[in-house]
Amino acid sequence: MSVDQAQRTHPRGSIGRQIQLPLKKAIEISFKSIKIRFWRSMITAMGIFLGIAFFSSVRMSGEFANIQRAYILQIKEDIEKGLRTPSIEDTRLIALLEENQEERQASENRMLWLSIMGLLVCTVGITNSMLMSVTERYKEIGTMKCLGALDSFIVKLFFIESTLLGFIASLLGFILGWMLISIINLFTQGVIAFGGNFWWASLKLMLLSVFIGTLLTFLATIFPAIRAAKMPPSAALRVEI
Amino acid sequence: MASQYIVRTKGLIKEYTMGDQTVRALNGVDLDIYEGEYISIMGPSGSGKSTLFNAIGGLDRPTSGSVFINDVDMAQLDAQELAYLRCHTIGYIFQTFNLIPVMTALENVTLPTVFAGMPTDDGIERGIELLNIVGLGERLHHKPSELSGGQQQRVAIARSLANNPSIILADEPTGNLDLKTGTEIIELLKRLNKEQGVTIISATHDLKMLDVSDRIVYIRDGKIAKIDERKDLDIQIGEMEREGELGH
Repeated sequence: MSVDQAQRTHPRGSIGRQIQLPLKKAIEISFKSIKIRFWRSMITAMGIFLGIAFFSSVRMSGEFANIQRAYILQIKEDIEKGLRTPSIEDTRLIALLEENQEERQASENRMLWLSIMGLLVCTVGITNSMLMSVTERYKEIGTMKCLGALDSFIVKLFFIESTLLGFIASLLGFILGWMLISIINLFTQGVIAFGGNFWWASLKLMLLSVFIGTLLTFLATIFPAIRAAKMPPSAALRVEI
Repeated sequence: MASQYIVRTKGLIKEYTMGDQTVRALNGVDLDIYEGEYISIMGPSGSGKSTLFNAIGGLDRPTSGSVFINDVDMAQLDAQELAYLRCHTIGYIFQTFNLIPVMTALENVTLPTVFAGMPTDDGIERGIELLNIVGLGERLHHKPSELSGGQQQRVAIARSLANNPSIILADEPTGNLDLKTGTEIIELLKRLNKEQGVTIISATHDLKMLDVSDRIVYIRDGKIAKIDERKDLDIQIGEMEREGELGH
């Protein structure tokens, strides 16, 4: 038997203090945790995924409307300066622009409001699934504490796990919403939809969507993570499953 | 004064409040455990056995009285010191094995070394060594779900030894195992006790455990009913078996 008995870890009558683990280790463990519970994690993430898809599609149609407006205004200006002879199509577009400006703005605002409500509902959903995940893993959490995990480590574990999920889900959600609306506009407006500041607007919306999605998931995890950290280590000894 | 005792409890009392009633799970337990001892705590469900076990393991704070581990009063420790104690001084073995399902056998055994801040390579080396000792050198990269109950408990034993603890606390280590596997686990624990000098404290119902124990502590109604020494045991075995049956 070659296990070193040389040093027991500390002298009698004294005790050390547990060290903080590097973040890298926590990320590694969280990542594995998501991987093994992949489908369950996906369901947790689905809420934020759909919420962000809805949000980004609403915002993106707003952006397309802006691009179209800018395009029509340009035509109008050109006509007024006499640089362009108005075609029938041009007249129709200009009439469209002036006709229902206010109404369209109102409906856009309504949709945005709806999508924000949707995101809030998703946040509650994530809190719920993370709470379930804590309950499901009480034994695992208790065991980790028995092995020397500090409360702060458990908190980190849950935050990293959910934030990672939130990040990926909102990125994918953005891509879905953005693609759907882009395809629709490609058919309704044609290539002019992708002129103007289309790419710049898309990039800004992507950053916004990912930021909102990640932030909401983070907020949704505060309560479950604290609950997990407060789990007594003796939970590991409970026998019932 | 440095004592030969590794664990001492003094006047240990633990009360639980259930509704408006106060239940006393431990009612003044004084127990001294020697370094290198193999000790079994026996008692029926509800005797206070688990409560005593939790108190010794630093998993639960007693209402009054104290637990000393290596002459350190556990009541004086803050959260970080308690975590250090659980990480370095005590190794835990559970009835339900409690391996982390997302990790392989080796990763499970390495986890306590991670918490102890050991460099990764050293931890892996230590993990392989321990898994070889418990006879699972061939199954390093299996997940718990791919191992039998006995094998999982072996991994758990290897894990409990990861940071070279002076005490192993085993809560019904054979409770979820069949007769033959249970015997193997008990033999393994005894071997580690002899070869590595680690103190083993085990809460158990299992009569097979008595054969290897140096002392057996019987808990009844939150008190120590009696303590049997190994050397007196052989003559009493019939009596004990009766008690064990009554206890179930």
